[in-house]
Amino acid sequence: MKQVKILGSGCANCRNTAQLVESVAQEHGVEIALEKIEEMQQIIAYGVMRTPAVVIDGKVVHAGGVPTPAAVAQWFERPAAS
Amino acid sequence: MLVSSPARPVADHALRRWLLALALLVPLWVLAYGQLVAIADAALALTGLTRQTALGEALHFFFYDTPKVLLLLTGIVFVMGVVQTFFAPERTRALLSGRREGVGNVMAATLGIVTPFCSCSAVPLFIGFLSAGVPLGVTFSFLVAAPMVNEVALVLLFGMFGWKVAALYLTLGLAVAIGAGLVIGRLGMEAQLEDWVRPIIAGGGAVNAQDSSPNWAARFAAGRHHVREIVGKVWPYVVAGIALGAGIHGYVPQDFMASIMGRDVWWSVPVAVLLGVPMYANAAGIIPIVEALIGKGAALGTVLAFMMSVIALSAPEMIILRKVLKPRLIATFAGVVAAGILLVGYVFNLVL
Repeated sequence: MKQVKILGSGCANCRNTAQLVESVAQEHGVEIALEKIEEMQQIIAYGVMRTPAVVIDGKVVHAGGVPTPAAVAQWFERPAAS
Repeated sequence: MLVSSPARPVADHALRRWLLALALLVPLWVLAYGQLVAIADAALALTGLTRQTALGEALHFFFYDTPKVLLLLTGIVFVMGVVQTFFAPERTRALLSGRREGVGNVMAATLGIVTPFCSCSAVPLFIGFLSAGVPLGVTFSFLVAAPMVNEVALVLLFGMFGWKVAALYLTLGLAVAIGAGLVIGRLGMEAQLEDWVRPIIAGGGAVNAQDSSPNWAARFAAGRHHVREIVGKVWPYVVAGIALGAGIHGYVPQDFMASIMGRDVWWSVPVAVLLGVPMYANAAGIIPIVEALIGKGAALGTVLAFMMSVIALSAPEMIILRKVLKPRLIATFAGVVAAGILLVGYVFNLVL
């Protein structure tokens, strides 16, 4: 079970990112607990300067814009650590 | 911070494919761009109309401008997508941190052109900059320049009015951003930040992960991604803008605009700036309208002031920034930028 957090202020790109992550994880048969973080204080605590950002198991793996499906697939192919 | 760029050993192969694709697409692009008038003529001939009628003239304008703007947009947005991989906000922040006012403002405004920026990220970026020791005024120079002096605006101005107007817009846009940042820095308004922000900034909260440097295949892929994101999003606005522009072009009488937006009408510049505030559009959607207005006698300074106001003084961005700025600082920010834009409008009208 991977803890996935989507950081973003609730804009369209954030919702798209959440959907993309959910569907790709399902394709790869990876169980995830998805959580959206919209509170600005918390977002900033991750040291992120662009939203939407994606945090997997406490690690920022992406920041700024909707990630590409290929990049998302990579997070779920191997352990999230790069 | 991490950039989503898979650094795989097959990078060489991917790069070769990119170079091949570019070798094919770039000449095609140049060829198409050189044939724009022929394309418009051919498209108009298909409708059976001639340019002598108002409808024919409007359609010709539409058939000429739509492919031209979309081609320019696609080309430049791709190039900027690649360029932006060299200027992640984290890198820009590192370049600006601890800079003095003056030099810092100039650098911040300039970096604002090439650093990827979306107004929805304005708050984390704002705090990220301040917590890394970028002075408040310098941060504002960046925040003003980033949306206003962007590649889309510059390219469209270049395509429609030539390089002189584009260069003037670039210079004056940077001047507004630098000037506004300097003024705000001088006013010493650090106390006007929202209370929850100050401890974060004082603590130097943001941690800076090392820059991961993407390879060239990843940079090109970022360019394509940028095209999909930007062009994919703005093309309906561009087409709608050109259609509206075409309507004005064909149907509104010549010099109709001169009486309300001409250079002799002193109040038209402030009215244009005020009108621009509640409007939220990107440069791509607004420029075709701008072109048509100018074609009918509106003064360039007035129209550019309107355009700058739409892009740089948008109400939604003010609302987003309200989370970190107290009303007095928001008002100062809006007031200083509006004053700068007014000045630009009058200078343009005087010079041209």
